[in-house]
Amino acid sequence: MASLRSFLQCNFDILRKTFVILFVNVRDALNQAMDEELERDERVFLLGEEVAQYDGAYKVSRGLWKKYGDKRIIDTPITEMGFAGIAVGAAFAGLRPICEFMTWNFSMQAIDQVINSAAKTYYMSAGFQTVPIVFRGPNGSSAGVAAQHSQCFAAWYGHCPGLKVVSPWNSEDARGLLKAAIRDDNPVVFLENEMMYGVPFELSEEMMHKDFVIPIGKAKVERQGTHITLVSHSRCVGFCLDAAAVLAKEGVECEVVNLRTIRPLDVDTIEASVMKTGNLVTVEGGWPQYGVGAEICARIMEGPAFNYLDAPAVRVTGVDIPMPYAKILEDHSVPQIKDIIFSVKKVLNM
Amino acid sequence: CRHEAASVVVSSRSYADFTPEATFDIKKVDLHRLEEGPPLTSTLTREDGLKYYRTMQTIRRMELKADQLYKQKIIRGFCHLYDGQEACAVGIEGGITLSDHLITAYRAHGYTLTRGGTVREIMAELTGRREGIAKGKGGSMHMYTKNFYGGNGIVGAQVPLGAGVALACKYLGTDQLCVSLYGDGAANQGQIFETYNMASLWKLPIIFICENNQYGMGTSVERASASTEYYKRGDFIPGLRVDGMDVLCVREATKFAADHCRSGKGPILMELQTYRYHGHSMSDPGVSYRTREEIQEVRSKSDPISMLKDRMLSNNMASVEELKEIDIEVRKEIEDAAQFATTDPEPPLDDLCSHIYANEKSFEVRGATPWTKLTSHS
Repeated sequence: MASLRSFLQCNFDILRKTFVILFVNVRDALNQAMDEELERDERVFLLGEEVAQYDGAYKVSRGLWKKYGDKRIIDTPITEMGFAGIAVGAAFAGLRPICEFMTWNFSMQAIDQVINSAAKTYYMSAGFQTVPIVFRGPNGSSAGVAAQHSQCFAAWYGHCPGLKVVSPWNSEDARGLLKAAIRDDNPVVFLENEMMYGVPFELSEEMMHKDFVIPIGKAKVERQGTHITLVSHSRCVGFCLDAAAVLAKEGVECEVVNLRTIRPLDVDTIEASVMKTGNLVTVEGGWPQYGVGAEICARIMEGPAFNYLDAPAVRVTGVDIPMPYAKILEDHSVPQIKDIIFSVKKVLNM
Repeated sequence: CRHEAASVVVSSRSYADFTPEATFDIKKVDLHRLEEGPPLTSTLTREDGLKYYRTMQTIRRMELKADQLYKQKIIRGFCHLYDGQEACAVGIEGGITLSDHLITAYRAHGYTLTRGGTVREIMAELTGRREGIAKGKGGSMHMYTKNFYGGNGIVGAQVPLGAGVALACKYLGTDQLCVSLYGDGAANQGQIFETYNMASLWKLPIIFICENNQYGMGTSVERASASTEYYKRGDFIPGLRVDGMDVLCVREATKFAADHCRSGKGPILMELQTYRYHGHSMSDPGVSYRTREEIQEVRSKSDPISMLKDRMLSNNMASVEELKEIDIEVRKEIEDAAQFATTDPEPPLDDLCSHIYANEKSFEVRGATPWTKLTSHS
């Protein structure tokens, strides 16, 4: 068994070095990030429903229990408020918990612990008590899971000082941001996306390094452009890039900004882009009212980039309804690529 | 029901002027899922007696001073006073060590003291000054010190937090435990039952303590709980119901509970029957849902400080003058602290946005207007 493993490892290394890039899906990126951080720091542990013996409800923690055992990978009963509180208390006392919510919808059962016990404590204690915890799980719409299982919480958690809120799009984001979140001494809300788990992306050798971290609070320009800025997070970043490819054929070059972090928001990168292109469309899966796009537009209004706008900034969002079940209805509840293209053309008066 | 002061069984003689230690009968503890409970007697040394007396008196006078400062509007917001319940905080600390951990709810001034805070920094926090234990950022309900996790404002939330601390104790392989306190009002919270379950499943070294002072704000226990036998509410968790007005009872029960935890048996639950003289908070006169006669009866028959004082005096463990001297010293300490708390300056405005994130370089925080750019330091 050991020799088979080393044989595979040896050849894997050769393959890796030969082909400098690797295709890793988001699920595996998250899995590897957690594995490496568990190995790196004894104080890191994972708890949540089905994370251990079931290998994770969405298989994100596959293999971790087998490797690290009961002490570090803990299956909890279905009691979010209780186990989220336990996770925060463990963070108070010096451990570095990763608390998984099976989906962020269930975090509403525990939201008091996330906000009042985790987010506010460093401030209330005037810097005496740190809370180095990561809350993670899939956020936003999935496929056919209906209203109670499809809400996006980026705006809710992004509202609160004391939290960091992160929303990765691809495998590079997932890996680098999760490592950064685990190493961060502050409470981090880590919003994954179930539909992205199975999507493969290229990861360079540099990205596969065990100390590869992406700074929290910094957006990334995924695509350079000159005519209009598209700002997005999570799965919608991919839609923006798809829309940009279609629009490029008509001579419209979109700059696509991947927020990566919801809070603290990287206003500088957004402003710099808007000052360059003069036009802004935000794209998100969540509801429009009091959402991420609303915040971005307000900040642009209040800052230097306003003077560079050639047209009002607009938002593309999920439809302002609870998520329906039937496929045709669900498809029309979320922003589609055609909605992005339509909005760009409207803003550019095409 | 209330009880009379316990009687002496044995005392040992020595050459010193005062009796160095004496053994007292203490009230029998009601047991749930336990074959044996704490001992029926408690041996008190003169040294410990004086220490408990001083600490309880300090809490008492500190709380009364807070009452005064609140009425003068020097303390504002919420202020939940602990006078009457002193034997709980002091007795618990007598049964554990400072390397153990403790968390409680918002009636926390007494615990902040027993866990190592000073009267000065507690009072300065109540008055919202820069030398307050939380630099004026927390207030009455959010005081922290080593191995003391507050001071928590949301009823019941502290209980799972305490179990998390206990999990860390077990995970890190220390011999430490966590005491997690809640009141009779909080005892019906769902998250507490969730915590009972996980603490038992994982055998966490946690002592759950229900401070039953008979009233959850304005609601008596009979009106809030289908079962008022709080020591049994942990169901599969062994429980003790203890006289919370007797510091020795509390101490012996805590020692018993601590042994249980440290031997790896998992959680245990203590109900301390106690009483608060003040209303729920300074906004509550405390007499609309209970009679003045009831309050007066507890004061005259069960006051924790009087009980200890009577025991010590009637066993020649201290003199009247000596205890009076302690009273004077305590009074002075409180006066000095109050003076300090009233004159210490308020926190600097530069501190407004600090302590958002730990170990982070400084960053800009939006003020009340887009032009107000403030800075946050870790």
